[in-house]
Formats: sequence, structure tokens, C-alpha cells
Amino acid sequence: MMKRVIAALLILVLALFIYGNLYSTGEGKLFPKFGNVNLSERVSNKFINKNANGENGVVTYKETKDAESGSANMVTSIVVNYRSFDTLGEVTVLFVSALGVGLLLSGKSRMKFKTPPNFILKAGVRIIAGIILITGVYIFIHGHLTPGGGFPGGSMIASAVLLFYISDDEFRTKVKSFKFLEGTAGSLYLIFGLLGLTMGGYFLYNFLPTGVVGELFSAGIVPIIYIFVGLKVGSELSNLISDFLSEEGK
Amino acid sequence: MQIIEIIVGIVLLIFAFLAIEAKKIINSVIYLSILSMLAVVSFVFMKAPDVAITEAVIGSGLVTAIFIFTLFSIKKVGDKK
Repeated sequence: MMKRVIAALLILVLALFIYGNLYSTGEGKLFPKFGNVNLSERVSNKFINKNANGENGVVTYKETKDAESGSANMVTSIVVNYRSFDTLGEVTVLFVSALGVGLLLSGKSRMKFKTPPNFILKAGVRIIAGIILITGVYIFIHGHLTPGGGFPGGSMIASAVLLFYISDDEFRTKVKSFKFLEGTAGSLYLIFGLLGLTMGGYFLYNFLPTGVVGELFSAGIVPIIYIFVGLKVGSELSNLISDFLSEEGK
Repeated sequence: MQIIEIIVGIVLLIFAFLAIEAKKIINSVIYLSILSMLAVVSFVFMKAPDVAITEAVIGSGLVTAIFIFTLFSIKKVGDKK
């Protein structure tokens, strides 16, 4: 009982704090109203118009040529071009967590479920898993044009592997090939970063021509890096799932 | 449109409380999955499709599966003793 009272009090205090800061008017307020921000004073304006290094004007879809970062999806142009080093950090965090799971949970034999998978699941997975795999690959190849990118695409591939695991009691992934793919994709990401360092003077510099905004072959190294990130995340999460579903051999 | 957003928000809160208060852990995991599915809807309303896709794949797909597998493993260790 006491715990719940304290929890309710904490929630009330937090709600008052958030409400007071978000919806206060007058002097000393922290946040401007939603949608009423003057964007030309902010850094985000430079990222949206792709003129962080100099004037570029307004970006037009399918017309602007050789912009700084030619990706039509603004989020991707920030995540993989302007702030690519942060993405490298994210990939590292995921790698470390997968490493921890592998150290703690890896086993020789496959975990058996108490009830065997039924016929509908087995037949459904054969139809649906291919579609999920292709959607995942599509999402990370088109990461610079449509919402999504390497992380969701890779997770989709991993969820297809997960479906294979629950539909078949004997299924095991080839862990060695997944580990090879993961290592290769991760090192290629770093190699592209170092290539940018030699060719442009900055780590992860976008050294390829960026092309027309909105076309598939545009945005320089952004789609290439997203393919590496997608492959790395997909193989890593598949390994994580196979670690979760294994147990110590007898 | 704003009414739908408010309704989704209230249902989100209800499922969050249910996830904390559920007696069985498996029910709690399922409520958590529903919670992230509704969070996807509210992310789309807030015009953040990138976050919505990531939440749909990771929040309601992989995390739920990993929680359930963890529950299986915990029960197995408990049975042996």
C-alpha cells in the first residue's frame, strides 16, 4: 500500500513538472509552443536545407543536384551523413550487448518447446518469411528515400529468422557465417569512414557524388553505409535470437 | 483528428497500468506489446514515421519474443530444482 502511495505521489510531481514546463506562458518558459518555432534561427534549418557548409537555398525534390547530402529523407541525412559518428556508436552499443548475450547464454544444443509447432504456423511461415525478408532488404536499401533504414531493416530480417526458429523445432542458423557477415559489414563501415578521412579530410566524409535528390542512386555513401548497417544489425540480432534459444548440451 | 490522438493516449496509459499490475508475467508481456503497437499509432500522428517503423519492428516484435523466451528459460531452470 505504502509503495503505491509513493508511486502515485511521484507520478503527480512528475506530471506537474512536465506540465509546468511545457504549457507555461510568459517569462522564463523553457519550451516554445508546438509548431511555433522560428526554424531559421535553429541548426535544424541548416540540416533541412543541406547548407551546413554554405548557402544552398531551398531543396526541391527530384531537381536539386549535388547537394551536400543528397538523401531525400531528412532523418537519414542527419543520422548517416551529418551525425554518422553517432550511428557508429549505436552500432557499437548493439555489438556489445549482443556480445554480452553470447557470453552468458550461448549453448551447444537447441532449446525445445513444450508444445511442437502446429501445421498452420509451419505452412504460414513458408509463405510469409520470404516477404518479410524482402521487405527488410527493401527498407534498408531505400533508407535514404523512405522512412526506415539500417536498424529497422536489420531487425525485420532478424524477425524472419525468429519465425523460422519458432516454426521448426530442429532449425539452427549457421552461426559462423552470420558472425563472418557481421564482422565484415562492421569493418567495412569503419573502412568507409577512413576512406572519407583520406579523401575529404574528415572521418566518414561523404566523398562520392551525391546526385539528384530523390533518386535511388544518390546521396553518395549514405545508401552504402545503410546496407552495411542493415546487414550487421540483421546478422547480430539473428545471432542474439539463436543464443536465446540454445541451451547447455548434455 | 485530435480526439483520436487523445483517445489513443488514454488507452496507452490504461495498458501501461495493466502491464504493471497484471498478476501473470505473460499477460504483462502481452500488454507491453499492445502498448508499443499503440505507441506506433501515436508516433505516426506526431509525424515521426522513422521512429514508428523502428518501434513496430523492435518494440512489438523482437522485444516481446525475447521476453517470452526468457520466461521459458526461467521456468525450465525452476522446474529442475
